[in-house]
Amino acid sequence: MSRPTFATIWLDGCSGCHMSFLDMDERLLEVVARADLVYSPLVDAKVYPEGVDIVLVEGAVSTNEDLERIQLVRSRTKILVALGDCAVTTNVPGMRNVFADAQPLFQRAYVENVTVNLGMPTKGLPHHLPKTLPVHKVVPVDVFLPGCPPSADLIFDTVVALLDGRSPEAATHARFGR
Amino acid sequence: MTVHTLRIDGVQCAGSADQTVLEVARENGIAIPTLCHLDGLCDIGACRLCVVEVAGSAKLLPACTTQVADEMDVATATPRLRDYRRTIIEMLFVERNHVCAVCVANNHCELQRHAEELGLTHLDLANVNPKLDVDASHERFAIDHNRCIMCTRCVRVCDEVEGAHTWDVMGRGIDARVVTDLGMPWGESPTCTSCGKCVQVCPTGALFEKGRPVASTKVGRPFLPYLKSREEGGRR
Repeated sequence: MSRPTFATIWLDGCSGCHMSFLDMDERLLEVVARADLVYSPLVDAKVYPEGVDIVLVEGAVSTNEDLERIQLVRSRTKILVALGDCAVTTNVPGMRNVFADAQPLFQRAYVENVTVNLGMPTKGLPHHLPKTLPVHKVVPVDVFLPGCPPSADLIFDTVVALLDGRSPEAATHARFGR
Repeated sequence: MTVHTLRIDGVQCAGSADQTVLEVARENGIAIPTLCHLDGLCDIGACRLCVVEVAGSAKLLPACTTQVADEMDVATATPRLRDYRRTIIEMLFVERNHVCAVCVANNHCELQRHAEELGLTHLDLANVNPKLDVDASHERFAIDHNRCIMCTRCVRVCDEVEGAHTWDVMGRGIDARVVTDLGMPWGESPTCTSCGKCVQVCPTGALFEKGRPVASTKVGRPFLPYLKSREEGGRR
């Protein structure tokens, strides 16, 4: 039997969930002893592979690029974990959702508050969706791990439970915020 | 005072006729989650988190405003009640903009704690995303309507304990807001005594002391145990 594979991806978030992932410290060795990390900001793979067993998704869905990536990830992964408050509730990236779309923010950041190079940069950048969305409003999510960030203990317990083929529910004690 | 005997979650309990189901349950070590209730303030049954099933009643009844009766048979923790309570908390989350990570009340918040205890891991309902104001015109305190859940503890403590009645409610339904005096800026209120009781009783980060960073609210309610003991003394 081939070894299980897992991945992590980073959408609209601050990378704090990935920092918390790294905070597993020496337990990272336990995890990679049992499964191969095949795609992540932490490794060099450029293309998300087929047939991934578990993915941890950090961040909300804010742009057309986020949307395309999460749809690809969902189609190539068995178990999708929404990792952290941005993925679960949109959290801080979703604070712009009180506006009809992202334009008032760009106006404030790139026009009203600057004196040089006025205007929103557009070249090579993805387009923002009208609203920032939690992951489960875009694709089905198997496991929710709220927290800002979820603790390293919580991430470890969840990943181990999923590798064991157990439901992670009993292991989790997650909360919004921290 | 007439004493009634009743069953709560199968436990035989006794309570006097002027006691509520919530009081008797707590005296018997049965925990019912509450949000708008606060010991020492009058109960209004607004948040519905403490709803219980009473045999013979088709409706769910709020434990905080339902008085005990003889032979009452109460269930406080059925799967149905847990589902309803989780939905109540979920509706509170989507109705305004609760962003725990950047809230002064992070880790000290009753809404956050209830979400955790009821196993609310995500929100299926659609966020309303209202654009709401922060009134920081008061010298020492501020109100962020994004975090308010309309429990009206502030309204009641200001009226019943401080006697100022600066706070009240304006508007109806989802448009209801707590207001100072007749909707004037808090800092211009002629009735506010700046006692800070409203800030102390707020279950979320809606009312807070200015200058406090994220997750730094220290909820202290030094006057409420006194009130509670006075209330108990009055009963005897």
